[in-house]
Amino acid sequence: MNVAVNGVERELPSGATVADVVRSLVEMPERGVAVALDGEVVPRSEWQATSVGDGQAVEVLRAAQGG
Amino acid sequence: MGTGGFRSLEQLEAALVASGAEIATVALRRVDPGARNESPLSVIERLGLFLLPNTAGCYTARDAVRTARLAKDAFGTEWVKLEVIGDDRTLHPDPVELVAAAEELVADGFTVLPYASDDPVLARRLEAVGCAAVMPLGSPIGSGRGIDNPYNLALIVEQAGVAVILDAGIGTASDAALAMELGCDGVLLASSVSRAEDPAAMAAAMRKAVDAGHGARRAGRIPRRLHAQASTPDAGLPRLG
Repeated sequence: MNVAVNGVERELPSGATVADVVRSLVEMPERGVAVALDGEVVPRSEWQATSVGDGQAVEVLRAAQGG
Repeated sequence: MGTGGFRSLEQLEAALVASGAEIATVALRRVDPGARNESPLSVIERLGLFLLPNTAGCYTARDAVRTARLAKDAFGTEWVKLEVIGDDRTLHPDPVELVAAAEELVADGFTVLPYASDDPVLARRLEAVGCAAVMPLGSPIGSGRGIDNPYNLALIVEQAGVAVILDAGIGTASDAALAMELGCDGVLLASSVSRAEDPAAMAAAMRKAVDAGHGARRAGRIPRRLHAQASTPDAGLPRLG
């Protein structure tokens, strides 16, 4: 299935979870990281349990200089 | 202190230490696997500073609220510097979206510190919806102009029942001192330090400036007069002619 991860289209196996997506970008366990699925926060405690669907958009965010 | 604009995390750390700041802000951005793995978060934690996430880059209440919630999940804090931008060239806040976002976040239990314009009416609105402080700009972010309208700032200070933090536009030490002399409870600055020729030195100067301005405010200044008021009394004046 196709999922947009941080704005980039990627092909993921069906059944991929939010945790899988995060792990593909950062080393786990990762503090200071937040995830949004189609714009809504997915709490860290639900990353493993939340699967990602075809056509959805995932944003994996962390602290950056600024503010 | 804001963490934006520093050329390296080493420079950021040196400036934070020199500044004496107790609170540092960060933005929330996409993870970039290609970039170095360090983030300002590690610097802030190592120094034991208080982390204040910022909704930098948001133009709508909806985005700002979502960003605040993401930051809460990432960092475990309910404090947020709320920034909702209304104009790309000036980076002035959008007051309508800002108040809406503030109201929603306060209802959600957040401690909201809103980056605001220097309009005293907006400041009153933000306080009314429950913001923990009001953070008026002195001049546009990064402009280094200092305080464009000291009268507005004084009006905000006069009416505020919450802390007033000057946020944006500070250019050099005297700007920070003036903010404190006008009655601000603190200042939030970034570019004036991060983009200075010597950030750590400027950070140290800002620390002194804030201290000086705060002290002067508490000491109670003399008023500005149109005419002179002699500091030497006439009594005992000799007659020599």
